[in-house]
Amino acid sequence: MSLLLEPSPEQIKKEHIYKEMGLKEQEFAMVEKILGRLPNYTETGLFSVMWSEHCSYKHSKVVLKKFPVTGEKVLQGPGEGAGIIDIGDEQAVVFKIESHNHPSAIEPYQGAATGVGGILRDVFSMGARPIAMLNSLRFGELENPRVRYLLEEVVAGIAGYGNCVGVPTVGGEIQFDPCYEGNPLVNAMCVGLIDHKDIQKGQAKGVGNTVLYVGADTGRDGIHGATFASEELSEESESKRPAVQVGDPFKEKLLLEACLELVKSDALVGIQDMGAAGLTSSSAEMASKAGSGIEMNLDLVPQREKGMTPYEMMLSESQERMLLVVEKGREQEIIDICDKWGLLSANVGEVIEEQVLRLIHNGEVVADVPVDSLAEDAPVYHPASSEPAYYRENQEIKWLPDVEDVQETLLRLLKQPTIASKEWIYDQYDYMVQTNTVVQPGSDAAVIKVRDKNKALAMTTDCNSRYIYLDPETGGRIAVAEAARNIVCSGAQPLGITDCLNYGSPENPEIFWQIEKSADGISEACTELSTPVIGGNVSLYNETSQGAVYPTPVIGMVGLIEDLKHITTQTFKKAGDAVYVIGEAAPEFGGSELQKMEQGFISGRAPKLDLNVEKKRQQQLLEAIKTGIVSSAHDISEGGLGVAITESLIGTSLGADVTLSEHPVKELFSETQSRFVISVPADQTKMIEDMIEDAHFIGTVTDNSQLHIASATGETVVQASLKTLEETWKGAIPCLVKSKA
Amino acid sequence: MKFAVIVFPGSNCDDDMFYAIKDGLGEDVEKVWYTEKSVEAYDAILIPGGFSYGDYLRSGAIARFAPVMESVIEEAAKGKPVLGICNGFQVLLEAGLLPGAMQRNKSLKFICRQTTLQVKNNATAFSEKYEQDEEITIPVAHGEGNYFCDETTLQELQDNNQIVFTYKDDINGSVGDIAGIVNKEGNVLGMMPHPERATLDLLGSADGLPLFQSILNHWRKSHVVTT
Repeated sequence: MSLLLEPSPEQIKKEHIYKEMGLKEQEFAMVEKILGRLPNYTETGLFSVMWSEHCSYKHSKVVLKKFPVTGEKVLQGPGEGAGIIDIGDEQAVVFKIESHNHPSAIEPYQGAATGVGGILRDVFSMGARPIAMLNSLRFGELENPRVRYLLEEVVAGIAGYGNCVGVPTVGGEIQFDPCYEGNPLVNAMCVGLIDHKDIQKGQAKGVGNTVLYVGADTGRDGIHGATFASEELSEESESKRPAVQVGDPFKEKLLLEACLELVKSDALVGIQDMGAAGLTSSSAEMASKAGSGIEMNLDLVPQREKGMTPYEMMLSESQERMLLVVEKGREQEIIDICDKWGLLSANVGEVIEEQVLRLIHNGEVVADVPVDSLAEDAPVYHPASSEPAYYRENQEIKWLPDVEDVQETLLRLLKQPTIASKEWIYDQYDYMVQTNTVVQPGSDAAVIKVRDKNKALAMTTDCNSRYIYLDPETGGRIAVAEAARNIVCSGAQPLGITDCLNYGSPENPEIFWQIEKSADGISEACTELSTPVIGGNVSLYNETSQGAVYPTPVIGMVGLIEDLKHITTQTFKKAGDAVYVIGEAAPEFGGSELQKMEQGFISGRAPKLDLNVEKKRQQQLLEAIKTGIVSSAHDISEGGLGVAITESLIGTSLGADVTLSEHPVKELFSETQSRFVISVPADQTKMIEDMIEDAHFIGTVTDNSQLHIASATGETVVQASLKTLEETWKGAIPCLVKSKA
Repeated sequence: MKFAVIVFPGSNCDDDMFYAIKDGLGEDVEKVWYTEKSVEAYDAILIPGGFSYGDYLRSGAIARFAPVMESVIEEAAKGKPVLGICNGFQVLLEAGLLPGAMQRNKSLKFICRQTTLQVKNNATAFSEKYEQDEEITIPVAHGEGNYFCDETTLQELQDNNQIVFTYKDDINGSVGDIAGIVNKEGNVLGMMPHPERATLDLLGSADGLPLFQSILNHWRKSHVVTT
């Protein structure tokens, strides 16, 4: 649309054109009041995108306030590109998770790829070198050909981008459930490493300083992406394909290296990624944070296409762009670095005293709005909340499995895509580049060593949304606790979390209830386990005409391994080692993998979680690991103990001989929380029993490559070769992906 | 001994190669930016993996024309050791320093995993620290590692003992399971697997280290080391 054809301010109001951009009637009235006049077309665009849920958190702010965000080691909490936690030696870890769900639903390859690109920029714009990527994915059932297409393309997109940039993709999780069929979830997490002295902030300080645009040209892609991400998916979404951006990982790699060189220069005052809402959010937020204003001449913005309007330039979400504020007179130092890396840079404006965002185009002022009104003054809603009937109903349901053949049940569980080997996926990711990956994908948490230091970082993503659907508060607690279990099993002390809150529409009171309750659970667990929330992302409106996705607040957690000797993995190490289980199983099957497999859907109560017990066991296990007496440690999660023991055998040539003490179905398949399976050298059994109160002996690691499980009465319930178990577990996903229905 | 690691825009294993030499081998190493005109000052030239120029057009096809390559080709002709790993191998093929070409993996997907290689010729400057027919564990990470050459070339490679490493199992469809080859003179090696990722047991394998030790060992034979 050319400038001449843009509707007039009066038309925008009268014909409700602002509604097409996502602004509500009362919001438009607020804008009118702030400006003391009607906004023009460009200004309406600025407000609509900055006040979208994606940028303003207007429906979720009240919930986000609940999270504990501080801690002794937190150097940067929520609010900047990514949060930062101290790890000693004047170093810090920087991490954040972000969603790219809606773009991935309609253009899976680019949607996933640009999700990776965006989160990388959030981390390196802080001055940190990205050292690892993780992801969390949700899809419908693989029997559906469209789902298989989405899975293949999303994985290829993550691989295509991450592999090229040269940041290892070291971990992740994936679950399959019909509720995600039309609205897959694609969350990407980036972990970076930084020296304290290099920490950057996105601030436009110093009146007269230069605003420098660096990176790719601005094109017409991704216009209104943030608004698109803030509404439900529908038949019309397909027509919004242009709202999906296209990524160029090669340019990202150049931008990354250039930025890490730039942050060493004291000519750089501030830097921010042009992510969601592109040039608008980066300029308005940097100015707002510094208490200044920015004036930009849009004629100077590098443009990919001719005839772009101010509206298009400001709302474009073209990828691989950064906005810099540079000390006046020292621009050339920065430009030289950009030139070295073959990157375009352009002086597009300056920092001004008046706290406004003023845009010039063809010599005329085309927008003039207070920066705080864009960045800070979006309305905050307190959505109505009401407990859904399904919750009460499920609280009354007591479902118990009816298992005849334990071995056959175990083998079928190993084939469930949520449990089966994810090798088909991570084989496509370069998880070794940078040569620091000590624990590769497939264990509880990935471990990355810190170069030239005797320490390492453990990282994981986790969320069992089935539990959260059945009981959001308990499920929220479990998500954090399980992530911490993974971190502890690897020998690390959990440091903090980033969360990606994926839900349906917050304007539906029953969905808002899920958001509220699960946030309560997450807050409680984070407080108890001392893992503050240092940043994250909210993705709402994950709905199609078939309904909302399960509430899926994905937890990304990072922990510190103080000594490389503490690194522990889930696999058994040596024949003769004693196998222990920490914690007792209760008959808890609500939301379990077994229930989903047998019943086809989930119902009943989620497993209970006592945070005191959780904390005690985690601390005792970590102490034992640090003492050096634990050969392997694995948390018991989806599928229960039977699956956990099998996973501890896979990749070895060992076997296990286990004797149960209670009912085999309960003991092997229940998903009771706060439990672990560990192995210890035979001469350390006394020590482990002293150190870990709830550890009980269940058997021995053998050298016969067989899993043998006997019931309390001595009857054999499982007798399977490791080969059979491994083939069953490894073959499931490749087989499902290849099947052509 | 002084090593050069060539850095193109988009190289991403340059650091890994750098540290393999510095920490793994304990020798001098410097990164050389692609615009440099000469690599004469170095005793060995390493071309790292990654996605030079985004793999646009064809892997290695643009890097082959980078300013530094002229000097690399000259030094190779003088007999200096030149090692190209992964994307570096692709660059050497494009530059005509080694015969053959790369196709996409037969699975059409990127693969990243530990692989077992067989040392087919331990009489080169890059493999003398291995046993003949030794099996070693070195990881791969590539989307286009499916080596192809015509039958005549393959025959030549075999006749001249130019095949240095093969995959024990066919992982990507390469002709003759070829993982790494040298030129006729034996001073230019290209290989898809990443020995620089296998220099420490903690990372899963240290089987890559003897490759770098071979280069050093070979060089020492013809150079008096002064300390």
